Amino acid sequence: MEIDLPLVWAAIIAFAVLMYVVLDGFDLGVGMLFAVEHKAHDRDVMMNSVAPVWDGNETWLVMGGGGLFAVFPLAYAVVLPALYMPLTIMLLALVFRGVAFEYRWRTARGQFLWNWAFQGGSSLAALMQGIALGALVQGITISGRAYAGGWWDWLTPFSVLTGVAVVFGYTLLGATWLIYKTGGQLQARMRSRARVLAIITLGFIGIVSAVTPFLDPVYAERWFAWPTAIFSAVVPLLLALAAWLLYTGLRDQHDTRPFFASLALFVLSFAGIGISFYPYIVPPGLTIAEAAAPHSSLVFTLIGTVVLVPLILAYTAYSYWVFRGKVNPDEGYH
Amino acid sequence: MLDGFTAELLARLQFAFTIAFHIVFPAFSIGLSAYLAVLNALWLKTGMPTYLYLFDYWKKIFAVAFGMGVVSGIVMSYQFGTNWSVFSDKTGPVLGPLMAYEVLSAFFLEAGFLGIMLFGRKRVGDKLHMAATAIVAFGTLMSATWILSVNSWMQTPAGYSINEVGQFVPQDWWAIVFNPSFPYRLVHMVLAVFLSTALAVGAVGAWHLLKDRKQEPARVMFSMAMWMAALVTPVQIFAGDLHGLNTLEHQPVKVMAMEGHFDSHPDGAPLILFGIPNQSEKRVYFPIQIPKLSSLILKHDLNAPLAGLDTVDDRDEPPVAIVFWSFRVMVGLGFAMLGLGIWSLWARWHNVLYRDSWLHKFALVMGPTGFVALLAGWVTTEVGRQPFTVYGLLRTSDSLAPVAAPAVATSLIAFIIVYFLVFGAGVFYILRMMSRLPDGDAGELRQGPLRAAGPTPVAQVSGQEGR
Ligand code: HDD
Ligand code: HEM
Ligand code: HEM
Repeated sequence: MEIDLPLVWAAIIAFAVLMYVVLDGFDLGVGMLFAVEHKAHDRDVMMNSVAPVWDGNETWLVMGGGGLFAVFPLAYAVVLPALYMPLTIMLLALVFRGVAFEYRWRTARGQFLWNWAFQGGSSLAALMQGIALGALVQGITISGRAYAGGWWDWLTPFSVLTGVAVVFGYTLLGATWLIYKTGGQLQARMRSRARVLAIITLGFIGIVSAVTPFLDPVYAERWFAWPTAIFSAVVPLLLALAAWLLYTGLRDQHDTRPFFASLALFVLSFAGIGISFYPYIVPPGLTIAEAAAPHSSLVFTLIGTVVLVPLILAYTAYSYWVFRGKVNPDEGYH
Repeated sequence: MLDGFTAELLARLQFAFTIAFHIVFPAFSIGLSAYLAVLNALWLKTGMPTYLYLFDYWKKIFAVAFGMGVVSGIVMSYQFGTNWSVFSDKTGPVLGPLMAYEVLSAFFLEAGFLGIMLFGRKRVGDKLHMAATAIVAFGTLMSATWILSVNSWMQTPAGYSINEVGQFVPQDWWAIVFNPSFPYRLVHMVLAVFLSTALAVGAVGAWHLLKDRKQEPARVMFSMAMWMAALVTPVQIFAGDLHGLNTLEHQPVKVMAMEGHFDSHPDGAPLILFGIPNQSEKRVYFPIQIPKLSSLILKHDLNAPLAGLDTVDDRDEPPVAIVFWSFRVMVGLGFAMLGLGIWSLWARWHNVLYRDSWLHKFALVMGPTGFVALLAGWVTTEVGRQPFTVYGLLRTSDSLAPVAAPAVATSLIAFIIVYFLVFGAGVFYILRMMSRLPDGDAGELRQGPLRAAGPTPVAQVSGQEGR
């Protein structure tokens, strides 16, 4: 049997992006929660809960971008110029967010600046990621082998909608992560915040799902035509299940269940987008097969990926295991 | 306002600006992570507390530099697509996989073990902590290896063919990765980062010796750094010479620009030490030159003929003045480093290494010069490759993304402001940490909220961290 390498690669890239979204999603969410948590000690704890792992989480973003460059260079070459502004703003926001982890401990007088950088950088990065997603779902104008639209095309009501949706979704991830990593009053506050955030997030998932089929007849067909319509039935059911688990997890004061239930919400939404996209990598015109790099590039990169990604997952899991349990506020090396 | 600033020029400025920042921090991270691994190993082996102090001292500085390297690096990996999308479409099949390997084999490794290296000594124990520290150092070297392979392929492309839509298609991965200039560039660059780090460490040691020459940690780091300067500089100069010969073979035009040779010399070319190159008039004003020496260095024969830029089409010439000067800055600093190394050997021999305050002052001044030489070297390399992004095959002007000049201008200005603010602050924090003595006094940190809230003062924490 002939393996459809471009398809395998599309799945791997999708996996990397999903890893990024859920992992850095909770980091960014923790950053955004600085907006409502003002006590210095609580902020220390919040930041320390992600300090040992954020760099690894962010590396999935590099993997997504670098992977696209390697195996779908054409997609990389049309998507990035199309999303020039949101991506540039996102990168700058990630600069502020990333350095805040270290700088915050290096100054007492200027600490407020880096609190602000952490919160503002996280929020802006999340917003821009959501906007970029929305712009991509709406479709990108291509002519020949290049982007053919303007530099403001990305900004539409729909992309702003997805932007805000991602902000709330990440904040939910952050809050449920903190339920797992903290105790006492902070944890209790996170429980009540998570409840509100969950309702808002589910609302946004509903609105975005309702609007998407009308953006492009292809999406509608995918969702309502046989046999893909099966997914249209299954995905909402699973979403409802995840929402129920999240609800009971919060109600029963479970430590980890809310976090994993929120992750499930993200995974399912992501799968929903994947269903809409296939077989395109850049809707509405560029398919996975058209964008793929030559065979030799796909094979060469796949060999390393098959060997190294399981290793990466293993030592990433190890590192999470080393830092498992509640954050000890006095444990920083600073 | 944007007159004369085409999208291409702006995109080039943006690339040069962001990569110039990016390269400095990883260079320091690569050097420091290796230094930290050595310090930690020495501490485990000898049990001398000085090594642990030094480890904890440099670890904090490393963490800040590493953070800056990571965030500036992510910008780079997206800039290929945002600003140079045609380049990305064409070279992606060849260069993309190398960068993907960099992510898989280097970035994840560093990031995965960094947390354990910084926070985990107590949690995993000394042995695993040592392993994590070594793995981080190894990871940074791996990332330098892959990215230098990428860069070298752009200088000396090999192992490819070109398909019907104009993409470079890989034919022979071995030839691509180990392209002709890669081994030279890798060796020269890795030596450069070790040297730059050693000079920075040496300057910090010298600074503290100037304040109090009995400081044990300052003595140890100064001595270690001076060994590096003395031993590595000659090797680096030798490697640089070999690198130049390799460049002469594969990119002769770049060497013509470095040497300022506008004219061909059929019977022995002079070495122009200084002068003012003028590209439009195709001559060097006020040259101070040594007859025939250039032929001797490049061809090992006083009378060997050397071609000049008169043999090259004007539109294929790089900007000569930039390449000419940046090359001289690098080589000049290289010889100054050699001077420092020899002086330190002499001082060691006469047992005045910790007392010779003029040596300490010299070492202090030389502190930043490694990074300056490194940047100058990169400017030589990259500007000398112009007007091509893939040497001889793909012009810079044909690599550009279809982006509007105002978009690039906006983002360039944003990058300049943000980088100066953010990395300016980072450099300030690093310098402030360096100016404090490595005696466990963490200065302002003691008043940091983490400490104020917790019952454990810093000194105790680092003590616990140790064992
Ligand atoms: C501490 C830094 C440092 C020092 C002291 C030197 N270099 Fe260097 N040089 C570099 C750091 C560097 C670099 C940053 O690492 C470069 C840029 C690209 C590369 O591979 O290495 C470089 C490039 C570079 C090139 C350009 C090669 C090309 O683009 O094809 C040449 C010919 C030399 N070097 C030669 C020398 C010589 C003869 C030196 C003798 C003093 C010297 N370098 C000292
Ligand atoms: C090793 C990884 C590197 C890669 C893959 C790389 C890639 C590129 C590319 C694609 C360009 C073309 C865009 C342009 O012309 O501006 C470029 C130009 C340039 N790069 Fe690099 N670069 C690397 C390292 C560096 C470093 C470390 C420096 C440090 C100073 C540097 C300095 C420059 C400069 C100054 C230009 C502009 C040349 C000009 O336009 O005249 N590069 N590089
Ligand atoms: C000679 C040139 C270069 C060297 C030696 C180098 C090396 C490194 C090293 C050692 C790191 C990790 C350590 C740190 O963050 O401080 C790093 C980070 C990074 N570099 Fe570079 N780099 C070079 C040029 C480039 C270029 C041209 C790109 C763009 C494609 C790039 C992309 C990145 C990225 C994305 C990261 C962040 C990785 C992470 O999340 O850990 N680098 N680089």
